[in-house]
Amino acid sequence: MTPMTLTEKILARHAGRDAVQPGDLIDVEVDLALANDITAPLAIGVFEGFGLDRVFDREKVALVPDHFVPNKDIPSAQQAKLMANFAARYDIEHYFELSESGIEHVILPEKGLVVPGDLVIGADSHTCTYGALGAFSAGVGSTDLGVIMATGRIWLKVPAGIKVVYHGRLQPWVGGKDLILKTIGLLGVEGAGYKTLAFSGEGIGQLGMDDRFTMANMAVEAGAKNGIFAPDETTREYMAGRSRREGLYLADDPDAVFEEVVEIDLETLEPQVAFPHSPENVRPVAEAGAVKLDQVFIGSCTNGRLSDLRKAAAILKGRTVARGTRLIVIPGSPTIYRDAIREGIIETLLEAGAVIGPPCCGPCLGGHMGILAEGEKALSTSNRNFIGRMGHPKSEVYLANPTVAAASAVTGHITAPDTL
Amino acid sequence: MHFQGKVWKLGDHIDTDLIIPARFLNVSDKDILAKNCFADLRPEFAGDVRKGDILVAGVNFGCGSSREHAPWAIKAAGIDVIIAKSFARIFYRNAFNIGLPILESEEAADAVEEGDRLDVDLTTGRIGVVGRDRVFQAKPVPDFMRQIILAGGLVDYVKQKARA
Repeated sequence: MTPMTLTEKILARHAGRDAVQPGDLIDVEVDLALANDITAPLAIGVFEGFGLDRVFDREKVALVPDHFVPNKDIPSAQQAKLMANFAARYDIEHYFELSESGIEHVILPEKGLVVPGDLVIGADSHTCTYGALGAFSAGVGSTDLGVIMATGRIWLKVPAGIKVVYHGRLQPWVGGKDLILKTIGLLGVEGAGYKTLAFSGEGIGQLGMDDRFTMANMAVEAGAKNGIFAPDETTREYMAGRSRREGLYLADDPDAVFEEVVEIDLETLEPQVAFPHSPENVRPVAEAGAVKLDQVFIGSCTNGRLSDLRKAAAILKGRTVARGTRLIVIPGSPTIYRDAIREGIIETLLEAGAVIGPPCCGPCLGGHMGILAEGEKALSTSNRNFIGRMGHPKSEVYLANPTVAAASAVTGHITAPDTL
Repeated sequence: MHFQGKVWKLGDHIDTDLIIPARFLNVSDKDILAKNCFADLRPEFAGDVRKGDILVAGVNFGCGSSREHAPWAIKAAGIDVIIAKSFARIFYRNAFNIGLPILESEEAADAVEEGDRLDVDLTTGRIGVVGRDRVFQAKPVPDFMRQIILAGGLVDYVKQKARA
């Protein structure tokens, strides 16, 4: 048998083939198709153009309004309504709004809708998040998604792989965000273009699922088609009792071929900060210098999970947010929000001076609830710091992990958590 | 397939937030998207672009969000073809899917200047600069992709295949 990578194995199975290799154009079956309130309206238009009376499988389509909800204005309300009407008309099983919703890439794994070995395609670039579970997942646009809703299939090119090996012991205050920022800094934002980022090495075993979601989520920021982790015991524990379906626990063949291998030493890896206006513009937090911040945002599909809020609260406990700096915290889902209340995290954050937003994408993409004015600087735990990403084209966004974000909210400028 | 038009020249890593900022994504009306195309990067673009104009850019064009609103904004604004050193993966798919031709050529992207008139042959990948006697060869578009463009986009391509 031809040796294959984990990604190649999943793609081959879904194409009904014994083997595939990089460059093959294949037609695959999709286990779950996802769209949100920005991308679904266009996809619905495409789907309706086919004149069908049903989607390919009402249990395999997930629709999550999360970008502009609770609706920020009349046009977004119209878009959300179009989506809700579509979900009702075609009896879509996985349609979630408000109290049962949250950020798509947070709630889909949380609700057990993705299992290891799945092939998930979403009309959102951060659909690659589910690679954390050992699934193949990739983002597409609305037309592709509309065609999938009709046919349940999509054509893909089999990507070549870049193996990223993390060696050694994780240092204090360092999390998945720092590993992926360092990786993007090394590869560049185009460095993994059209390829798979396969995360491996003994360093990975020290990471919980939240950190892995963060890393897979940002694979696309290096241009990758997908990012993936071989599912292990941590994955099994996460999946236990979560899904109606059994996962497929696959791994790279020992002699699987990767185009490139990148090695990163965790022993010397410090918390990282991506400077404006690119996620590749990375340097260690100790070298950030005194950057005065108008706003700090903790949340998003990258770092809005429970362990992220927990880490931020541990730093903010008994401290207060600096005068002149706004701290916005958005739990990624209602479940995370409730758990954070039970653990006392929310109270700690409120006492420190944070404002808590309802689970949604909010300020991450300059949607609502935290738009930046001209000249303002923000530190965000999200995944992108492009020009104008969070508001005014002359504002600046810095990316970092939740402990750096919390420490920076306390001092009002970019701060390493160990210096507080 | 032949195109002729005036060049708008852009740089490297033009992301989808620059093509159509998120604040305009609460609609999918293509005319509104066109009116706000490059709103922050080139505020004069929407008013000055003419039907048939050509975009020429550097590496990683269209990186970032999966928003198909980005290629739609460009297409609805009147751009017939984009030439870049390279395209981000999702944008590449989206452009073909909506019937917006794109070509990759490092040489053309380096040599062509804003305001040049180009003559582009999609079938051969030949890019000529009108009046400057310069010719560049882009990577030919894969046959499968060209069929999608000829059909007018993926939807019509799928419909044609379903009928066949």
